[in-house]
Amino acid sequence: MKLVIILLSAIFVNNFVLSRFLGICPFLGVSKKVETAVGMGLAVTFVMALASVMTWIVQILVLDVLGIAYLQTIAFILVIAGLVQFVEMVIKKTSPTLYQALGVYLPLITTNCAVLGVAILNIDEGYNLVETLINGIGGALGFTLAIVLFAGIRERLETAPYPKALEGFPIALITASLMSIAFLGFSGLL
Amino acid sequence: MKLWNDFTNGIIKENPTLRLVLGTCPTLAVTTAVFNGIGMGIAATAVLIGSNLIISMINKIVPNEVRIPIYVVVIATFVTAVQMLIKAYSPALDSALGIFIPLIVVNCIILARAESFASKNPPLNSIMDGLGMGIGFTLALLIMSSIREILGAGTFLGRPIFGAGFEPALILILPPGGFLIFGLTIALVNKLTEKKA
Repeated sequence: MKLVIILLSAIFVNNFVLSRFLGICPFLGVSKKVETAVGMGLAVTFVMALASVMTWIVQILVLDVLGIAYLQTIAFILVIAGLVQFVEMVIKKTSPTLYQALGVYLPLITTNCAVLGVAILNIDEGYNLVETLINGIGGALGFTLAIVLFAGIRERLETAPYPKALEGFPIALITASLMSIAFLGFSGLL
Repeated sequence: MKLWNDFTNGIIKENPTLRLVLGTCPTLAVTTAVFNGIGMGIAATAVLIGSNLIISMINKIVPNEVRIPIYVVVIATFVTAVQMLIKAYSPALDSALGIFIPLIVVNCIILARAESFASKNPPLNSIMDGLGMGIGFTLALLIMSSIREILGAGTFLGRPIFGAGFEPALILILPPGGFLIFGLTIALVNKLTEKKA
């Protein structure tokens, strides 16, 4: 039961993008087309699930044991950067088509704050390994949901008339604001 | 003169938040109160100056292929130092900013300046660039957090500024208000600079 609550909370109630403000850069940068948004979402889901587990293991088995928890930030960002590099190499070797589709977005994930954010949140919340994995997947699914919905709206905005000063980021942010209001409605869910 | 240009560049012409739209996550998350906005601005400025200085000093000995991981480690080191200082001297700020202090590591402003400025310029210019960018970021946070705190909570730096009859627009300190005010602030800056050009 607790796992279901963690999952739903990560996807809807505490949506990473729309209520925790994590991963805004790719959310604004890679959301002009639905296709690329889906690709980015999938890549982030994969990396976030792996990164959650890896950083949890590093925290429990290395940092806590050696008593060097203050090195958390440095250790985590290195784990994530290494992981992204590794995932990139594996995908390149095993599935060139997927690599073609994700190619550009993979290295960008290192600086996606949702990944480092979920890793730190897992430790702060004191989750065990399974809860960490669920929270990582839930957070990433929430990110994917938000970015795909957002890309769908932005595709339609292309042809909509609005004042020149709002072009680009401002209209995108106002759209995100309206989506965020909709997601506020989930807050009473759990 | 060159130093002065490097300094002012980040404040207006290439303001990292309002013109380049970098570092959006902390901008949206911490601007619910002026105190948090200024705190985040100063923390990021400190990291920016430190990392710019070190990176401009080591750029000749860093192999090109592995420069990004090395930059990230330099930045993470300064973030850890800032994190410890905040924990020690301002526990209130520490709990208000929460995970956004360690997340300064992935603030794109810092890596962007390391890559596009500090790796190509001498240390003194890099410090000025870091200081200017940091002040630009802090100013943007100050503008946004002032609007959100005054209208959303009816206070400024925690002090009530309206009479008892004022009903604050709570939505502005909730997540949707962050997106809305950020969008409108950028639109306003676009509008103002458009006329000058």
